[in-house]
Amino acid sequence: MRSIIRTDPVVRDVAALCAAAAVVGVSFGAIATAAGFPLSKIIVMSSLIYAGGAQFLAVGLTGAGATMLAIVAAGLLLNARHLPFGLAIGNDVLGDTRTARLVGSHLMTDETVAFTIAQDDPVRRRRVYWMTGIALFLTWNVSSTAGAVVGSALGDPDTFGIDAAFPAALLALTLPSLKNKVSVRVAVAGALLALVTTPFLPAGLPVLIALFSLAFALPVPKRKKEAGK
Amino acid sequence: MTWIAIITLVAGTYAMRVAGPVLRDRVSVSDEVKRYLNLAAIALLAALIGTSALLDGTAFVGIARPAGVLVGLVLAWRKLPFVIVVIAAALTAALLRLAGVH
Repeated sequence: MRSIIRTDPVVRDVAALCAAAAVVGVSFGAIATAAGFPLSKIIVMSSLIYAGGAQFLAVGLTGAGATMLAIVAAGLLLNARHLPFGLAIGNDVLGDTRTARLVGSHLMTDETVAFTIAQDDPVRRRRVYWMTGIALFLTWNVSSTAGAVVGSALGDPDTFGIDAAFPAALLALTLPSLKNKVSVRVAVAGALLALVTTPFLPAGLPVLIALFSLAFALPVPKRKKEAGK
Repeated sequence: MTWIAIITLVAGTYAMRVAGPVLRDRVSVSDEVKRYLNLAAIALLAALIGTSALLDGTAFVGIARPAGVLVGLVLAWRKLPFVIVVIAAALTAALLRLAGVH
């Protein structure tokens, strides 16, 4: 086991991601505490909701005085992307037993999915998914609890450029999946669709709207060719 | 935020996480469909990258963050190690802010 960890370059990548996630986690714990969230709620949110975006959104909306219904709806909308993510990775990545699948599903995040779909070999996909998933889960929970207890000793994560580190990390993880023209077209169209619709839609929906970019992957009817014959 | 709201969000989020793999298990998925599902994940990730790189809420986030992500893109494109990409992106944004460019 130790030799696998030592030789696999993914371990180094996961460590880098965890370092960035830890800074955000500390910040979440500190911000939630400042917003009046007790430690118990912060721990339950980080371990059981386990979705940074939705957690920050929930804390922000609570501070803004939103209704509970609005907060839950906003969080669920933001997390709805996990459904298509799960369809993409499938059960084989999670494991063979029911328990592995039920536990593995909970570890699904943007980063674990990006890491996983970049791998071609099924055995490797599973290993990378679990390695990334467990490491990020532990990091997120330890750091957000620490942030809640110790407070924002690190200050604003933006000072360290962590807000740039996350999109860049996801980008670096997604690039290897862009293996042909179709995938590039789908990615660019998806990003553009989300960007243009963001000002008009609630958070989370623009990312789902990006799924319409799949139209660029549909087989093109070769009418022109036939007409030319 | 009440406990009921938290528990509802917990249950709903887990339901959506577990639904994908379970649904895919129920129906036999052809290679063609698998290709589309993979592309769907790519579209979602690209959308997340685009919006988180350029926007803060619904407004443009400023220069520092997109500049950092752009540096990351170039380095990732040149196939530099992931660690370098992440650190360079963060460092670029941090230094720009230190220089007063937000």
